[in-house]
This record gives sequence, structure tokens and C-alpha cells, in this order.
Amino acid sequence: MEFDLSVQTVRNLNAFLHDQGSSDSRVTVNNSAGRHNVAVGAVHPCRIEINGHVGYYCAGMNQHADILVRGNAGPGLAENMMSGTVRVTGNASQYCAATTHGGLVVVEGNAAARCGISMKGVDIVVGGSIGHMSAFMAQSGRLVVCGDAGNALGDSIYEARIYVRGRIAGLGTDCVEKPMLDEHGKELERLLESAGMQYPADEFRRYGSARRLYNFDVDNAGAY
Amino acid sequence: MSGTIDRSWLLESATFSRPVIREIQRAAREGIYDIRGFGAKRSVPSFDDLLLLGASMSRYPLEGYREKCDTTVTLGTRHARKPVTLDTPITIAGMSFGALSAQAKEALGRGATEVGTSTTTGDGGMTPEERRHSNLLVYQYLPSRYGMNPDDLRKADAVEIVVGQGAKPGGGGMLLGQKISDRVAEMRNLPKGIDQRSACRHPDWTGPDDLEIKVHELREITDWQVPIYIKVGATRTFFDVQLAVKAGADVVVVDGMQGGTAATQDVFIEHVGIPTLPATRIAVEALRDLGMHRTVQLIVSGGIRSGADVAKALALGADAVSIGTAALIAMGDNSPEHEAEYNALGTSAGYYDDYQDGRDPSGISTQDPDLGARLDPELAGRRVANYIRVLTLELQTLARAAGKTNVRNLEPEDLVALTVEAAAMARVPLAGTDWIPGK
Ligand SMILES: Cc1cc2nc3c(=O)[nH]c(=O)nc-3n(C[C@H](O)[C@H](O)[C@H](O)COP(=O)(O)O)c2cc1C
Repeated sequence: MEFDLSVQTVRNLNAFLHDQGSSDSRVTVNNSAGRHNVAVGAVHPCRIEINGHVGYYCAGMNQHADILVRGNAGPGLAENMMSGTVRVTGNASQYCAATTHGGLVVVEGNAAARCGISMKGVDIVVGGSIGHMSAFMAQSGRLVVCGDAGNALGDSIYEARIYVRGRIAGLGTDCVEKPMLDEHGKELERLLESAGMQYPADEFRRYGSARRLYNFDVDNAGAY
Repeated sequence: MSGTIDRSWLLESATFSRPVIREIQRAAREGIYDIRGFGAKRSVPSFDDLLLLGASMSRYPLEGYREKCDTTVTLGTRHARKPVTLDTPITIAGMSFGALSAQAKEALGRGATEVGTSTTTGDGGMTPEERRHSNLLVYQYLPSRYGMNPDDLRKADAVEIVVGQGAKPGGGGMLLGQKISDRVAEMRNLPKGIDQRSACRHPDWTGPDDLEIKVHELREITDWQVPIYIKVGATRTFFDVQLAVKAGADVVVVDGMQGGTAATQDVFIEHVGIPTLPATRIAVEALRDLGMHRTVQLIVSGGIRSGADVAKALALGADAVSIGTAALIAMGDNSPEHEAEYNALGTSAGYYDDYQDGRDPSGISTQDPDLGARLDPELAGRRVANYIRVLTLELQTLARAAGKTNVRNLEPEDLVALTVEAAAMARVPLAGTDWIPGK
């Protein structure tokens, strides 16, 4: 199935993705031209290839679909996705994979601020660098950054794990470097492999929660 | 000794009253602000400061019990393919599973269903019990996105994007560790027993232009079937309502400062936001200004207790109201039957507000399985239904007295104010005059 968004609407596309019965279908989307809400709420296993840039919330709340964007993605890529995969060949704007529960999000270029904010189980692999306040209040899942990370990485993080290869401008409150144990190296290798990134795991360092802010304590009030 | 003094000579300071003194002592001892549930306790201008004008010579009333006075209201007519039609304009507000027990959530669903109205999920997601027992269920979309998933989204009869709450406009939330059971932890993807903070801002949009795209996303995911509400705490109500309309809302929910909460700093509850009375009038003005009054429906909440409150809110131009605290009280919150246990917690029936604490003897604001089991969802549901029936009958009584065949035909012209403040806020004349301050 093919959609030309210079002729058809985002509504036509999304309605098709919600209704289609077949599980092995391929959907090609041309002339996305930065449109918002492209391929949101997909529910069936299928491969969706988008040729062009997309605006806000592309692949939002995806379930099961494998979505490829040949271009850049606007804010909120794959927000609250439950399962499936999303790959962007270019860069992703703010709040990439915000609150996302499951599946894999790969950004081959850079991701802007607040990447993985409030993430709830997703795996995110960024080929380039990520902006400030990424993984803010990240609950669970894994964020892999092959480049650098901006300021306040992992602020108020819960149980998510972060792997960064490059430099970090600064760690957020309660986020600390943690030892890279065997299991982490293996986990990271698997993640890099599934994302198709060719970096040795031992070039990365691991970050996570110091768990000092898990229960409110007035003596920590200054930390907030 | 204390028994021997003549207390009639003792003069309490209006500035340093006994509760103020006690709070200073508590703060000095504990070094932490007071977090509690319930809504604002201070006295603010309210619907009590308005009166309805019954019919007399110039207009005639309708016969109680005999002549029809319609209470149905349809919400979401602007864009939704399946708007929500309620038999009574009194809905149950969003209260989270987590803050409330599963039994309480089920009871609210049962009660609402019995009287043909809607109930609302809350922070923490949708439970199967509440979906099963709620004929019309509004699914909240909150900054925390705890429990948020597209399957539940598609099961909802309406979606409510929560920007803010009247008890804490601009504030997030906190569910303290002691209320995090296994089930609550799992629904929120967090470990058991740790404090769960609900963010004050949405993670993936920041302003009204973003919100418009977000609304569009939710419509796309739900295939334009269900209404989308936007809920705001009452602060800069005129602009907030207009921006919500611009963002594409089908329904705007405005929650005044008296609105209840499960856990917020006392200083926040008492000092931020504006009362429901002026918020209602301003919200209607904002809709009229856009030519959208009745096209986008308005729900107001915050301190609604009686059919009189509902009648006055509708007369000012609201389409419906929602209730939180009153529904909890109807189920058994603050009931004298638990007096001994309230005393053991250092309080008394009628004063209990520690919803954050998890030890609620009524089994409502708790995750303790033994306490929760005390609440019989069927009985509590019936009480909620009874209570909403009474409000509806009271509302009809007042509307008929004003000669209205539909409760939404009540209008500002049917109102006068008892105080200068209420006259200014509601823009209705001070009783016995034609004076509207500021007009
Ligand atoms: C126990 C409790 C829990 C609440 N939880 C939520 C919530 O999860 N989301 C929300 O938008 N509002 C929440 N509220 C606020 C209500 O939705 C509503 O705005 C308020 O209760 C209305 O005021 P009233 O209590 O005076 O009727 C909660 C209120 C209470 C009392």
C-alpha cells in the first residue's frame, strides 16, 4: 500500500493503519513534508516506510509496527510507544520517545533535548548526541548514546539505565556513574547490535539512579 | 488547673489563631510543609453568595413532579463522532486509582452508571474494575502518563487532557511510598514503596500551539470518535479557556480553587488559584467572546455540594459540573461511624483530610487491602447514585421554580448576589439593586 501525502491526508493513512487486517503488509508513505501525527496509533505488525521528514509525534503510541523515517523527525517521536520499532535516518527533535513503554527507537543522527523523558521501558539508541535534560524522570528501559550528552542527564531518574560513549555536559540530580559489569556490557552489545551501531561496548560508561531521592526526606530538599 | 480558669476572658488572636499556632509548632518540630488531601478550607466567595430568583408575576413557574424539566446534556458535539450524553449534568471528577482504592473506583463507576452519568479515571491509569462498572468513562491524559496506553485510550468514552487542577494549578503531584502497593507500582512502571512524583508539565508539549498538535494526535489515534476535554485549574481562566478552544477541545473543564486533591501542600491548596464562582463566569465569557458557548461545552468543578450549587453554576452558563470530594463523602468518607479510628489518627469525623497517608478508616483513600475491603462497592455505589439523584432533584426543583423546562435554560438573569464581592465576580446585581460592581 502506498500513500502520497501531497494528495492523501494523514487521516487516510492513520485510518488505514488502524483498520488493516493483514499482518505482513508494507506501507510506503511519500511526501510526508514534515506533517504532524504521521503513522500514530498503528496497531498491526507491518512495515511502514516514510520517505521524507515528519513533524510532531510521528509513530506516537505505536504497537507492533516497524516504522522507518528516511529524514528528520519533529518533537515527540514515538511518544508512548508500546512495542515495535522506530528508526529515523536523520535527527530527532525534542522529547524523543517521551514516556515510551516498549520497543526500540533508533535515531541515527542526533536527538534534541529531553530525549527519553519519563521513559517507561523503551530501548533508545542514538547514533549521535542528545540534548539537555534527557532521561528526566526516566522510569525504566535503556538509553544508549553513541555521541555526547547535554546538561542534566538523567535528572531525577528512577530505574532506567543510560550508556554514553562520549562526553557528558553534566549529570542531573541523583544521577551517578555506575560500574559497567559484565551483564551491562552484554546488554549494551545486544542493544548496539539491534540498532546496527558499530561501536565496542567498552567505549561506553553507564549511568543510573543513586536512589537517594526515592523517598522524600527534608534533608534532601536542597537537591530538588 | 486548666479546669479552673474562666475561659470567657481569653482572647484568641485573629492573626495567630489556635490552628495557626499549632501549624507553626508543627513546622518547627518537623521541618517539612504540610501535605494533605481535601480542598481549600478557607472561606472564599462561592455559589452560596448567590440567590436564584424564582418565578412570580412576570414569569411563571413549572409544577414540581408534573411538568417536564429536562436534565440531559450532550458533551463533545464540536468534533466527536460519538459525543457523550448524560442523563444529569453532574459528573464524577477524575480521581486516581492509587489515591483511591480499587473498591472506591468501582463504587464511583457503579454510582455514576446507575444515574446515567460519567466517571473519570485519574493519574495512574484505567483499572478493569472501573471500566467494567462505568458505562461512560472519561480517560485522563496527565503529565505523568502513568498507566497511559493506547488500548485503554481506545476503550474510553472521552479523553480528558489534564493541564491543571484547581487545588494546585501549576503543581504536580506526589503519591507517597506508603500508598504504593504492588498493583499500583506495576501500573505505573515503578518500584514498590517509593514516592511517585507526578510531573507538573506534560513531557511532550509545552504551549498552546503544541497542545493543538497533541489534541490532533489523540483524535487521530481514537479515529475522531470520542470527545476530547481539556481540564485547567482556575487561574488565568479567560486566556486558558480560549487557548483550550483554539487547541481544539470539545469540552473545557475548569476546576476552581476549592477543588479537592489527594495530596498537595496546604500552602498550595489555600493560596493558589481563583474560586469556582468567578472562574465559571470568566470561562463562559471566554467562550461567548469566541462565539463558542454551547458549541464547546463547559464543565466546572471545585466545591460543588448541592443542587443549589449546580443550579447556580448552570445559570452562569456552565453545561455540567463535576464532583470529587462530595462523592467521597457520599461513599462514607468522614463518616461518624469511624470516629474512634479518626481519633486514633489525631483527627475527627468532619475534619479528616489525610488522603495522602493511606490509613483512611473508610477504605476510600487507601491501598491497604484490609482497609479497602471495608468499602462495599455496591453499597457505596448506591450511595453515590442516591446523592447524585438528590442533587438532580434539587436542581430541577430550582429550575422549575424559575420556570425552566430545561435546567440549562437557567441564566444569569435568574441570579442576584448577596455580597458586593460575589456581585463583582459573578457579574450579577447585588440583591435589591441593579448594581453590578465594575460594570
Ligand atoms: C482523592 C482525590 C484524587 C484526585 N485525583 C485527581 C487526578 O488524578 N486527576 C485530576 O485531574 N484531578 C484529581 N482530583 C481533582 C478532581 O478531579 C476534581 O478536580 C476536584 O475534586 C473537584 O473539586 P471537589 O473535590 O470540591 O468536588 C482528585 C481529587 C481528589 C479529592
